[in-house]
Amino acid sequence: MILRRSLLIGAAALAMASGAPAAFAEEPLKIGFIYVGPIGDFGWSYQHDQGRLALEKEFGDRVQTTYVESVPEGPDAERVLRQLATSGHKLIFATSFGFMDATAKVAKAFPDVKFEHATGYTRADNLATYSGRFEEGRYILGVIAGKTTQSGKIGYIGAFPIPEVLRGVNAFTLGLQSVNPEATVSVVWANTWYDPGKEADAARAVIAQGADVIAQHTDSPAPLQAAENSGTVKAFGQASDMIKFAPTAQLTAIVDDWAPYYIGRVQAVLDGTWESQDHWGGLAAGDVHMAPYTNMPDEVKALAEETQAKIASGELNIFSGPISDRDGTERVAAGEALDDAAQLEMNWFVKGVQGDLPD
Amino acid sequence: MEAFFAAMIVAATPLLFAALGELVAERSGVLNLGVEGMMLVGAVCAFIVALSTGSTALGAFAGAAAGVAMAGLFALLALGFSANQAAAGLALTIFGGGLSGLLGASYVGVPLPKAQPLFPASWAEAIPYGKAIFGYDAMVYLAWASAAAIWWFLARARSGLKLRAAGDNAESGHALGLPVLRIRLLAVLFGGAMAGLGGAYLSLAYTPMWGEGMTAGRGWIALALVVFAGWRVGWAAAGAVLFAAVTQLQFYAQGWGWRAPSQFWAAAPYLATILALALLAGRRTAGSAPAALGRIFRPSS
Repeated sequence: MILRRSLLIGAAALAMASGAPAAFAEEPLKIGFIYVGPIGDFGWSYQHDQGRLALEKEFGDRVQTTYVESVPEGPDAERVLRQLATSGHKLIFATSFGFMDATAKVAKAFPDVKFEHATGYTRADNLATYSGRFEEGRYILGVIAGKTTQSGKIGYIGAFPIPEVLRGVNAFTLGLQSVNPEATVSVVWANTWYDPGKEADAARAVIAQGADVIAQHTDSPAPLQAAENSGTVKAFGQASDMIKFAPTAQLTAIVDDWAPYYIGRVQAVLDGTWESQDHWGGLAAGDVHMAPYTNMPDEVKALAEETQAKIASGELNIFSGPISDRDGTERVAAGEALDDAAQLEMNWFVKGVQGDLPD
Repeated sequence: MEAFFAAMIVAATPLLFAALGELVAERSGVLNLGVEGMMLVGAVCAFIVALSTGSTALGAFAGAAAGVAMAGLFALLALGFSANQAAAGLALTIFGGGLSGLLGASYVGVPLPKAQPLFPASWAEAIPYGKAIFGYDAMVYLAWASAAAIWWFLARARSGLKLRAAGDNAESGHALGLPVLRIRLLAVLFGGAMAGLGGAYLSLAYTPMWGEGMTAGRGWIALALVVFAGWRVGWAAAGAVLFAAVTQLQFYAQGWGWRAPSQFWAAAPYLATILALALLAGRRTAGSAPAALGRIFRPSS
């Protein structure tokens, strides 16, 4: 160890003596990622890994990235995070809501390592949070679904009843009811982020029960594919543009683009300007894109584009009041909008949503 | 109701394939914990072959062959080198998970046309509930036909008796002149073929796509089914169907408005299957584990 350090110092001295920038002699910044699913899920974890690859492309030799995929949310996550922290990673991205407690704990134990946790709300001096406002996209999906459905029944495959998913369901339903007040949303919990078989089962169940448009908040293309194979049902892609799986069924997809954020944060670490923060970018910031609007009439497409433009410009706030939950309690008064803290802790459904919700 | 029944049969099929294969291997005295790994490699190979040839049948065949190859690797360790079976099986599962991810890396995000039903659509429409009987692709019928054939083989066939002898008392079998290791090898390879078919069913018919880790623990469920079914073919098949039924029930019940926490539904298939098989099957088949299960056998002469 001592030998290695003195060698490095020697190298640094040499670099400075020869007039080259000192950065060349620095060790690359080691960056760790943990994913909840496999990078081959073609959804959530896949998109995060695209962000990681963008880092390697952008920074080349100046960074060295490591990823651990399919990390269960729970004690295993803490073990993996500790392992990354002790093996010299100075910046660690934990990319699922369920990693929150583990990340907070490990961040406390390693004050000189910087942590970034996606979709959570616990922060510390060395623990930042970030997320995309995917619900802005989900509002647009709701508008499209409202114009597309014949039966007035929408099936919504959710992973777990957590704020991130509830926010999506509510945004979707508000969008739906802005154009089709009678339509209802049936939420079915798959109890998994990634199990193509179960996700498809859940989709087929809601189709059998009369849904003719499906939205999903799980990570594989299986529900979309089930819609395609049903012949008539329409659906939306999740996290990636999944049009190949459903050339006649995909209406659009919400595409997560983490690359700009990741590049910005790594640059901040390299510059020494990294600070804990809460980043929450949406359509305007470019963290969330919409895949091309397909398989719909021109006027629905025009309406979707108009809605997207309004949200991006800030003209339309998707959570502006009045909003009541399904028990009739007023959650947002007329003329006001739901603030970020309330959005992050959302634990209620708006009117028109059917499905179980833990108390 | 028809849709529910069909969903149940489809969901039971990969479990049935894998459980039946493992059951045969275990009845010969070999515990192979590598089912999940064999299923994953079967799934990815089936997908690649079906995609490049356009033939679901060839894909299924490739899945079975890949399962056999994986099982052969296990047999080399566990039978050839007399390695600990549990350790070799676990290694096979871990290896299979990694290998399938590697083989399938460039096939992520590529769709495959859905496997077609075996019987013409007119059959399904001709009778009430016809779709629940005639609406499936060929692999579903293959799974049930193999269940019947394996039951017959183990209960009635002379060679099935020899296989059971290898699993119950390898030394006596050897003394009687049975080629114990060869019997076990064939049983393990058969188990691999069935696990490969189970994986192939997932990537060809259930959700025609490749996704890393797409078996999502079904290999482990199949292993548990074999134990809880007391190594009986009929009970294992019943367990697979029950597990699939409760899994599907959670999605339908949520739509019917049955109020229960979603976590309860997630646990329900496991609870129901364990209770049913432990209470019903366990009592009648207690102590029926193959006596030499997991024990290393080396022919002494």
